[in-house]
Amino acid sequence: MVQLTLPKNSRVGNGRRFSAPAGASRVKTFKIYRYDPEGLENPRWDSYDVDVDACGPMLLDVLIHIKNNIDPTLTFRRSCREGVCGSCAMNIGGRNTLACTHGWEEVPGKEVTIAPLPSMPVVKDLVPDLTMFYAQYASIEPWLQTETPMPQKEWRQAPEDREKLDGLYECILCACCTTSCPSYWWNGEKYLGPATLLHAYRWLIDSRDEATGDRLDALEDPFKLYRCHTIMNCAQVCPKGLNPAKAIAEIKLMLAERMV
Amino acid sequence: MKKSSDMRTALGRVRGLGAAREGTGHFWAIRLTSIALVPLTFFVVGLLFALNGAGYAEMRSILGNPLVSMMLLATIGASLYHMWLGMQDILLDYAHGEASKYGLLILNTFFCIAIGAICAFSLLKIAFGV
Ligand code: SF4
Ligand code: SF4
Ligand code: FES
Repeated sequence: MVQLTLPKNSRVGNGRRFSAPAGASRVKTFKIYRYDPEGLENPRWDSYDVDVDACGPMLLDVLIHIKNNIDPTLTFRRSCREGVCGSCAMNIGGRNTLACTHGWEEVPGKEVTIAPLPSMPVVKDLVPDLTMFYAQYASIEPWLQTETPMPQKEWRQAPEDREKLDGLYECILCACCTTSCPSYWWNGEKYLGPATLLHAYRWLIDSRDEATGDRLDALEDPFKLYRCHTIMNCAQVCPKGLNPAKAIAEIKLMLAERMV
Repeated sequence: MKKSSDMRTALGRVRGLGAAREGTGHFWAIRLTSIALVPLTFFVVGLLFALNGAGYAEMRSILGNPLVSMMLLATIGASLYHMWLGMQDILLDYAHGEASKYGLLILNTFFCIAIGAICAFSLLKIAFGV
């Protein structure tokens, strides 16, 4: 049956507390998931009382402040710090989002919990292991497939057809949606998940692509595609405002259209 | 999730046994039965109200009416088919162990067929009054 509790070695205990410096003007507590792969200990929650007036406006600013000034062992991924690379996706206040575009003031309450993306193995602290997620993306062959010989200049596409890619091509593969999807939690090995399926649809409706039928064949499966039950968690958390659930529904309609 | 003895590549694991090329029929049937069940449910609820307070003989004769009988048979067929498909979906979501998965899938099928047989037989017996 489905596993509803964490395995023993993944249960999160209470960790250390770092108090705010003397003279801090405004203090907010950040409760952060810590896991050290080299130690034998279980993961723990460390609490940091941070003088938020000393930080920039975003949660990523707070994490960088902690790493620079309080605890250099804190580990997380980030690169662009402007919502473009997707590296800093994590679970903040119970919701998957990008730390670099989410303001700490937006999180209600005095204490903000920060954990890695749910349901993925943890490499260290806030860094999840996304190997399977990337393999799922690779499995849909996310590139233009054609048999017609390459035209001299370029594959042509009507502006209306190009417009069909809007709301899809913007995906930065941050995995916020996939790791918020209950169907993915239960069947993450077999269900492709919202991000991958959004990209699958992006290639299915690309007017230049010639492999539409093969792509549909490869998706028509009770697990790969049909585990989506339109729960819509994916659309709610996408930090780019995209709607993977709708893309998945469109794939199902394409398959139905092919059959009936 | 991942067994430590599993040395396949990530892509190999994701591709697994490939796509079953199935599921669209299931998807279509769930929707079709949902649509059918909207008027059928209204009919059954209306019938229940109409039968309220009726005696045995009257009840039998109404249930034996060909139109009523066929509508009820259609309701049973559509709802059991819908239930069978829906339950299968839930089992695929949550039942992961080999024994529990196949065991429950089989039970689900047997249960739906048994209920269907009992209901259909009862209705036909009333209709043909043996
Ligand atoms: S709509 Fe589908 S993909 Fe999105 S969260 Fe729900 S089950 Fe997952
Ligand atoms: S659809 Fe949105 S949440 Fe999902 S991976 Fe793409 S950008 Fe991230
Ligand atoms: S650091 Fe690139 S998306 Fe946040």
